[in-house]
Amino acid sequence: MSEDEFNLTPVQLDALKEIGNVGAGNSATALSQIINRRIDMNVPKVDLVPLEAVPDLVGGPDAIVVGIFMRVYGKAPSNILFLLPQQSAFYLVDQLMGRQHGETKTLDFMDESALMEIGNILTGAYLNAFFTFTKLTMLPSIPALAMDMAGAILNVVLVQLGQMGDQALVIETEFLSEDDGISGQFFLVPDPGSLETIISAVGVE
Amino acid sequence: MPELIRVGMADYKVGKAPSTLISYGLGSCIGVSLYDPQLKVGGLLHIMLPDSTQARASDNPAKFADTGLPLMLEDVLKLGASRSRLVAKIAGGAQMFAFANATDIMRVGARNAAAITELLQKMNIRLIAQDVGGTYGRTVSIDLNTGMYTVKTIAKGEKQI
Repeated sequence: MSEDEFNLTPVQLDALKEIGNVGAGNSATALSQIINRRIDMNVPKVDLVPLEAVPDLVGGPDAIVVGIFMRVYGKAPSNILFLLPQQSAFYLVDQLMGRQHGETKTLDFMDESALMEIGNILTGAYLNAFFTFTKLTMLPSIPALAMDMAGAILNVVLVQLGQMGDQALVIETEFLSEDDGISGQFFLVPDPGSLETIISAVGVE
Repeated sequence: MPELIRVGMADYKVGKAPSTLISYGLGSCIGVSLYDPQLKVGGLLHIMLPDSTQARASDNPAKFADTGLPLMLEDVLKLGASRSRLVAKIAGGAQMFAFANATDIMRVGARNAAAITELLQKMNIRLIAQDVGGTYGRTVSIDLNTGMYTVKTIAKGEKQI
């Protein structure tokens, strides 16, 4: 990889945004069907951010979040991280497990498993869209889950990028359920070398 | 008024009593403090990676153990600290996600801890306390009035080392 890799043209940025858009759209539809509620999402942000600024995207390094992490293998290795503020995650679990709103106060093994399955489904939906655009087959690992400080969870992704440079290219989408009970952020962070592959697969100069 | 000085990721700060240096949300990263108990000056460094020579490009020496620690040492000495009185404490180095086939990068926490420990030894600085490893995040701070190094976690509470 070279430093130049991060000099994306506006057209390339738009292409990445569009992929993120369709991917996240798929994911939002999947999530909406599972919990039977409308899910809104914003237009994805495609941003080049200094590594140390990434935790601030999710409410600061010491905000408590649930992170579902998947490594993506294939031609364009990447990391996927789905972050939910703790209360959102609890609310989502309430819905998944058929509990009263506010009943979930901590995550047991089954709750974690359900959330990881959500991560799986969202990621599958996202990568499907990715494939439609790029014809790059991307295979996600099994998900891993942690509930902890946002900074600590983001470390996993940032450390990898940190070996290559000082900045992260982040494709980020926010989800929000119609009753505002569930919000979340979906991050796709391509490995530094993967960005070239993705861009050239989309075929924009 | 005691001042709370925030240390970001891949950054370090130095100061003197009654300030407290704090760094939030460390996962595999490590917070290294240096402290001169007599002069009550010290520093806190938040490193991400063990070794700058294995990185491809970086303009930020504070990101790595091997380049960050000497930098902070220099600044702590500039505040008048005596090298022979300096003591070090470290915390962090967790593995946040337990994968069965954890790659090297997943185990970077343990490598960070090993690198810092070895480096301190080489630099003849006494490592007097540590809280490393585990699978949970930490917020760390050092009170430059007392040298007390506080480690806060979500699941395991708070402790002083």
